[in-house]
Amino acid sequence: MRTYWFTEDAYPDLPPQDEYESIRVNLPNSNFDPKRGNELYNWYLDLWCMAESYGLDIMNNEHHQTATCMVPAAPLMMSILARETSKARLLILGNPIANRRNPIRVAEEMALIDVISKGRLECGFVRGVPYEAAPANRTPLRGSQRLWEAHDMIMKAWTTHDGPFNYEGRWFHGRQINIWPRPYQQPAPPVWVTMGGRSSTTPVAKHKHIGAVFLAGYPRIREIYDGYREDYLQMHGEHAPFDRLAYLGLVFVGENEKKAREGAEKLLWYMSANKVPGYWSNPPGYHPPQISAQIMKGARGGAGIPLTASLEDQMARGNVFAGTPDQVYEQIKNFWEYSGGFGNMLMMGQAGFVTHEETETSMKLYSEEIFPRLRELEASTTPAEAWEKSKAMKQRDNVPLDGFALEFVR
Amino acid sequence: MLGNGVITLSKRREEAMGAKTETITLPIGKCTVTRKGSGPQLLLLHGGGGSIADHPVADRLAEKFEVIAPTHPGFNGTKIPDHFDGMPELVHFYLDILDALKIENAVLLGISMGGWLAAELASINCSYFSKVILVDAVGVKVGGPTDRDIMDVFGIPPDEAQKLMYHEQSNAPDLGSLSDEILAGIASNRIALGLYTWEPYMHNPKLPQRLHRITAPTLFIWGESDGLVTTDYGKAYAALIPGARFVAIPEAGHSPYAEQTDRFVSEVLAFTD
Repeated sequence: MRTYWFTEDAYPDLPPQDEYESIRVNLPNSNFDPKRGNELYNWYLDLWCMAESYGLDIMNNEHHQTATCMVPAAPLMMSILARETSKARLLILGNPIANRRNPIRVAEEMALIDVISKGRLECGFVRGVPYEAAPANRTPLRGSQRLWEAHDMIMKAWTTHDGPFNYEGRWFHGRQINIWPRPYQQPAPPVWVTMGGRSSTTPVAKHKHIGAVFLAGYPRIREIYDGYREDYLQMHGEHAPFDRLAYLGLVFVGENEKKAREGAEKLLWYMSANKVPGYWSNPPGYHPPQISAQIMKGARGGAGIPLTASLEDQMARGNVFAGTPDQVYEQIKNFWEYSGGFGNMLMMGQAGFVTHEETETSMKLYSEEIFPRLRELEASTTPAEAWEKSKAMKQRDNVPLDGFALEFVR
Repeated sequence: MLGNGVITLSKRREEAMGAKTETITLPIGKCTVTRKGSGPQLLLLHGGGGSIADHPVADRLAEKFEVIAPTHPGFNGTKIPDHFDGMPELVHFYLDILDALKIENAVLLGISMGGWLAAELASINCSYFSKVILVDAVGVKVGGPTDRDIMDVFGIPPDEAQKLMYHEQSNAPDLGSLSDEILAGIASNRIALGLYTWEPYMHNPKLPQRLHRITAPTLFIWGESDGLVTTDYGKAYAALIPGARFVAIPEAGHSPYAEQTDRFVSEVLAFTD
């Protein structure tokens, strides 16, 4: 079991929410004070270094034109951490390669980070959330196909060492590809891909890549994990090891219930701040027509997420794990067993106005009191056993779906 | 269980005026075509809202012409061929259609995105066409890089986009009041529109250098209140085609054929007479 500590690097110092239409895409950057930005970037880098000091690994990501995530270039932040840290695995989850114009540039950047960090890169590829379509000016239609073509090109670039090759696909083209440097890890850094539904598991399992699921909660986790495990078993003739699956949830651990609740409520900024109108979350070709129609009608929140969902609801869904160390362990254990098990916990440990002190306390308590028990939990069983046990459990849907996971999963 | 509840969405219409809808199979894919009326051919290329073969304006035109109205793949529930990534694929699809439908000496009438398609086709080979009519058409960029010549319909709320399209606001449909099935159809058309127009947005930067090849007499018809592409845009577009005329229809937005049907039809008839 590994735990990757994650913050989205928010810029939370915004006017009241009713004073702007959207936190993404068209929020004017006059709202961004570069001096404040300087403090925040450096603080977030400090938090990641702190995570390493508590024995955790590091995860970052990128978004564009949004105050929810100030990092428009995940490799830039991670290249700093490649130098600042020495032990932690460095997970970028991920590179939005369906929207990137040049996959070879991504292959080069990832190889560079891998070499500087002495082989600590974990390289994620994502399709990107719908609100990335406008900033990238990339049609979301056929995004998954573009992702896999870019993936194939990058893998080929990483693993070809005898001079130039050509790759002339549908969307991406190169005639003399011969990247310098090549990755430190051979044959290639571990690859992660996000999975949003049953239909997205097959290519991930085929490559034995790590399939990551964000906030699918109880209602959808087994559909996705079972799909991956079925595909993996069928294609490779063996059960998928735990380390092939990852789950991202919001985690806040407090010394007592009161403090835990305060911290967790603050952490929910990640969800409550995500004010996005339907037209940004509904670019043509991202969603199937029926879901797109519901967004147009306004039946679904623009972000596909109930902005008012309470902490209790989010915890009931398995999106948030919060409480004292014992409580959080029990919550994660329940979810872990229900899901059939996973070897990578992606811990969103800071968001919005969660303070340095709160973040550190939660990180420390998790690291010292929960993480060891999760490792024991994983070691106490096998993937086959855990899967059987999961199958015996009744499907649990604590709260209505509302397509919650649809946009955060990618 | 499926069974009684199954709804057949593909309806074949054999209606008034001898309207006939059929699906033809071409090397690139299938195409649904509606024909109605008799007389000289009028090839009607619809815009981003989908086929208007059932719209009253098609019936009015069918009093004088054989209206031939194909549905662009992806609209009105039809399938988008797997290899389609944008307008170039649609243009080449239509080159096949022109031959398959034996288009000859036809009036080419394209609306909005269909106007772009019409301009592309006529600039490739104008010999199929006797006249060209472009209605609130997109397809070119007339301003500089930072001029928003064409409203970003994907970057504003759908109801606001609707408002910009109509002169009389009460003509704009209330999306909230539509059935789920109709809304899904609109969403489906929107996906097709996105496919054909996403980047470069609603235009082909190379098209202006080809427009001189449109040798048939050309008329631009524009809704004076169009908020998606203004009359200034339309006039600048018209200036790129030698001899093209421009006429604005008052009290009409992006769809003058719908808001001012009589005036629209009379402009078409006067031009093609």
